[in-house]
Amino acid sequence: MAVDAAGRGPPRIVPVIDREQVLHVARLSRLRLDDDEVETMAGELSGILEHVDRIRGLDLEGVEPTSHVVHLENVLRADVPWQSMPPAVALAAAPEPFDGAFRVPSPQADAD
Amino acid sequence: MADLLDLTVAEAAAKIAAGEISADEYGAAWRAAAAGDELNAYLWTADGADALETDWNGDGESAPAGEGDATPYGSNAPAPAASGPLAGIPIAIKDIFTTQGIPTTAGSRILEGYRPPYTASAVRRLTAAGAHVLGKTNMDEFAMGSSNENSAYGPVLNPWDRGRVPGGSSGGSAAAVAGGLAPAALGTDTGGSIRQPASLCGIVGLKPTYGAISRFGMIAFASSLDQCGPFTRDVTDAALLLGVLQGKDPLDSTSVGIEGGIALPTREDLAGLRFGVPRELGEATLDAGVRAVFEATVARIEELGGQIVEITLPHAEHGISAYYVIAPAEASSNLARFDGVRYGLREAGDEDLIEMYERTRSEGFGAEVKRRIMLGTYALSSGYYDAYYGQAQKVRTRIAQDFDTAFAEVDFVITPTSPSVAFGLGAKTDDPLAMYLNDFFTVPMSLAGIPAIALPAGLAAPEDGGAGAPQLPVGFQIAAPAFAEQKLLDAAHALEGALGFAAAVGDALPWKGGARA
Repeated sequence: MAVDAAGRGPPRIVPVIDREQVLHVARLSRLRLDDDEVETMAGELSGILEHVDRIRGLDLEGVEPTSHVVHLENVLRADVPWQSMPPAVALAAAPEPFDGAFRVPSPQADAD
Repeated sequence: MADLLDLTVAEAAAKIAAGEISADEYGAAWRAAAAGDELNAYLWTADGADALETDWNGDGESAPAGEGDATPYGSNAPAPAASGPLAGIPIAIKDIFTTQGIPTTAGSRILEGYRPPYTASAVRRLTAAGAHVLGKTNMDEFAMGSSNENSAYGPVLNPWDRGRVPGGSSGGSAAAVAGGLAPAALGTDTGGSIRQPASLCGIVGLKPTYGAISRFGMIAFASSLDQCGPFTRDVTDAALLLGVLQGKDPLDSTSVGIEGGIALPTREDLAGLRFGVPRELGEATLDAGVRAVFEATVARIEELGGQIVEITLPHAEHGISAYYVIAPAEASSNLARFDGVRYGLREAGDEDLIEMYERTRSEGFGAEVKRRIMLGTYALSSGYYDAYYGQAQKVRTRIAQDFDTAFAEVDFVITPTSPSVAFGLGAKTDDPLAMYLNDFFTVPMSLAGIPAIALPAGLAAPEDGGAGAPQLPVGFQIAAPAFAEQKLLDAAHALEGALGFAAAVGDALPWKGGARA
């Protein structure tokens, strides 16, 4: 990156995301990355964040954040009964349906 | 046969209604065309006839044609209505829309073989108007991408040049229409995923106002941005489809519809209309050929009586940054549902629940989806939320305000759709940021929630093509205020007539035998 007339480099260090942070975020994301993926991800995310970082310097004090563009309030449906999805239909695509429910491995491997 | 396939949707629908052509013959001709797909545009076609029998309620009947306001649960797959504005018209559907009994993958390995128990409201509206599902189209996995190279089922080829991408994420829908494999298609646009592929494939793509069309049954990527819309050969067909698709849906509480509906456009001049050209366009990175087509189109607008006004969108340059925080943040939350429990892939071992989640998601998701989930999770994580997500939402407010200010002075904002023509397969796959910058002109409208249409405006030689490379289509984008779709379509119709793109290209149009031959 260019150095300006006063001899300064880039104005601030970008938040390069390191290996440890990648592993932390992967855990939060319920993703398991192999070593190559961790390396690649650290580099790619850093590049993207460097670009995204431009908005961190904008003065937006007092600006209302927009989470939704159409202004709607209290959208309610009519209070009439309607057909819900029958259990058999809901279970039809499940990897492991069991006795009217979704079966999963134990939350604690050594619980039993 | 070729004559049937040369008709626009509006022409075919009128001839079918008048009894001049047979709906059965018309449908069969399109099923045969779709079955001959060499572009990898389709992931499933009706010709293969492997739809699952889904007699959920055991009455042996198809459901009555789906009304937008009927619950889809516990009823059978809707059969196309016998009459309606789209009676007998087959339409290709992006594989992000759930279709009861028909495989729906969203371009992901994690949903391979999944057959949903209900049909998306947008598709139900089409079938209620008489349309048939012609096939499900290939796409970037979970609509994340600008080249269709992120599909778990392989890239889609551009029908103008099979060594190039069709754009994305709705690349299969765009290629199907441009390549003569479908008369029209449904896509979704989160940051440009209808407009950019329409542009790269030389067809019309419309992203309606957020809320114009129900999102129910559209597998969610970024819920505050996702909007469904049509791919068509011309503006009239886009209006015809939007008129059918739009409307409030009790199953999507963010849907509002378009007041007064949509009429087919007839306007042929632009007198009295003001078109804003962003001042910032002068410094934008843009292929010379794309800029030349843009300038020629601006001249056409003036010839038609339109007035060109310089406006400013000072925050639009931050659109990409805001978008690539907001969209991944929402995606990281939406994609949490793919956990190997209720549907789709499960990668199990003899370990515990958390490990099952991790194995399933790591095996099921592709690289770009993992990247966006990671990016979104990071932006939402403790210590970074305000700096990234909160700040991005404020930029979004500023971008919407920029458009509000512009629309106080002009009727429309115009820009190129994409900074370049279709690029080569593999050209940008190693550089995610370069890929993201494709969305530079389309993302601001998505963040503001306003409608925008991409029109084919001319041809340009690709800068990466070398001497003698065939010219490729260039798109022109017109954006309008929220819910001003009628005015947008009327103006686009007038401009389309003056540009005469299809007539100028003539027999070189890929849907006139190029890919079909």
